Amino acid sequence: MNLEAVIGLEVHCQLASCSKIFCSCPTKFGALPNTQVCPVCLGLPGVLPVFNKRVLELAIISGLALSCKINNHSRFHRKNYFYPDLPKAYQISQYDEPLATGGSINLDGKKIGITRLHLEEDAGKLMHAEGASLVDFNRCGIPLIEIVSEPDIRSPEEAYAYLTEIKAILQYTEVSNCNMEEGSLRCDVNVSIRREGEGLGEKVEIKNLNSFRGVEKALHYEIERQIEVIKSGRKVFQETRLFDEKKQVTFTMRAKEEAKDYRYFPEPDLLPLIVEKEQIESLKSQVPELASQKKERFMKDYGLSEYDAKILTSTKEMAIFFETCLRSYDKPKIVNNWITTELLGLLAEKKKKLADSLVKPELLTKMLLLIDDGVISGKIGKDVFAEIFASGKDPEEIIKEKGLVQIKDTDSLYLVIDEVLSENPQAIKDYQEGKKKAVGSLIGQIMKKTMGRANPELANQLLLKRLGEDI
Amino acid sequence: MAEITKKEIEHLALLSRLSLSEEEKNTLSQQIKEILNYVEKVNELNTENVTPTFNVLPLGERLREDKVDNKFDSQSLLRNAPESEGNFFKVPKIV
Ligand SMILES: [Zn+2]
Repeated sequence: MNLEAVIGLEVHCQLASCSKIFCSCPTKFGALPNTQVCPVCLGLPGVLPVFNKRVLELAIISGLALSCKINNHSRFHRKNYFYPDLPKAYQISQYDEPLATGGSINLDGKKIGITRLHLEEDAGKLMHAEGASLVDFNRCGIPLIEIVSEPDIRSPEEAYAYLTEIKAILQYTEVSNCNMEEGSLRCDVNVSIRREGEGLGEKVEIKNLNSFRGVEKALHYEIERQIEVIKSGRKVFQETRLFDEKKQVTFTMRAKEEAKDYRYFPEPDLLPLIVEKEQIESLKSQVPELASQKKERFMKDYGLSEYDAKILTSTKEMAIFFETCLRSYDKPKIVNNWITTELLGLLAEKKKKLADSLVKPELLTKMLLLIDDGVISGKIGKDVFAEIFASGKDPEEIIKEKGLVQIKDTDSLYLVIDEVLSENPQAIKDYQEGKKKAVGSLIGQIMKKTMGRANPELANQLLLKRLGEDI
Repeated sequence: MAEITKKEIEHLALLSRLSLSEEEKNTLSQQIKEILNYVEKVNELNTENVTPTFNVLPLGERLREDKVDNKFDSQSLLRNAPESEGNFFKVPKIV
């Protein structure tokens, strides 16, 4: 029996406008409950929504970045459901005439289709207290786009890659900060199993997914569950399930909560959304170079491996950091090595983000120039870099303060070499008997005595001279 | 003649979070049936080649600049609610 998973994803993303979608309330995260609300977003009688121009622009840019067709004519609908997070008892959304349709993204050569991208407003937040529920409507009316994928995804890993790419695109275009902790990026999953020759099985929706890894894990569990159901001869039911992050399982949502009958109808308070061709053309110029294009360019122009180019373009800040370094230090591979090993290593170790790090491109390139000029060795550079990371200090200052300047004068080096030689008569004897490896241990001791400050090439040369080589 | 079953009434009640007595269900299905029959009249027209009219204005939506205006005091807004607690609106327990 040949079974395969068929996965579709719905991504909700908050657009980075200053005010809400249909009223002038602020969208700032973290405000006190119900301090960013007004009669419009509270759904008081007699109010009218007025659509935000910036929200439309950001949504069009998102659509263009996802290679969608922007529809000249689209429309808002009311999605009706009765729940206390929604004061009007309907959400203004788009239904059969969405803003954008027919896009796609590329995942390492595989195309994943985007069915549609539409505009909608977010709902409020419910907190469950003793004997009652408490509602905060600050999020109510926050502008969202919903991006619906085609059921082109075949594995949990592919779902993870798709989400990562969507996030990178939305961040690169700066239409959203995509912060999952703040709820500005959320995701629902649809999954079913296809039996070869029998078409698609019933679709299960999974909600309550708080991270991309959560999506991956929930899918692993759910796919296995559905396959087991099929193999045992039973049927998968169409339903909504919730993911329990702790137990790593999905479970059935109660049927009552699920009663899904949204009775969409055209929103009479809003006129159709008309987008002129000229506006789309002018917004096209605002779509920046995206991660995947940047990656290709980094490989071509800087001779980087695909692996490195992918890391450097994984966030826009990282790519900017890298290219800023190149402006004052034109050796891409060296800059790449320092970023991908030292900088990312320290960021991971200290659980920091690049944006909060004290390392600035100028500090890194200044240090690289000091290495090239022989002021410090590459090895000492790592210590200097760690200090820049910790304090944000200028590398020259750090070198001076810690006495890290490389020893390059012959006299000082001979002093150390002679000391090491006098302590190691056996090594000299070994060397003279042809065991050339003895040099290594002697150099090691010279480095140790100079705390790594000896210029390695020069020290090697002088040592060989002392050992009687004619160089 | 439009028909509305008891099951449909119960479904609508669930969607609206209303609990209805048997008597109310009967009254409502009779009343809703009458409303539907009244509206049914429109269906007698042939609209095959007519695009639906959602708005009578031949215009597109007017847009607002993205400007913040947070002039409403939350306490005065909370006073519109039957119940509140601190800065929150308070509603019957939902889980
Ligand atoms: Zn508002």
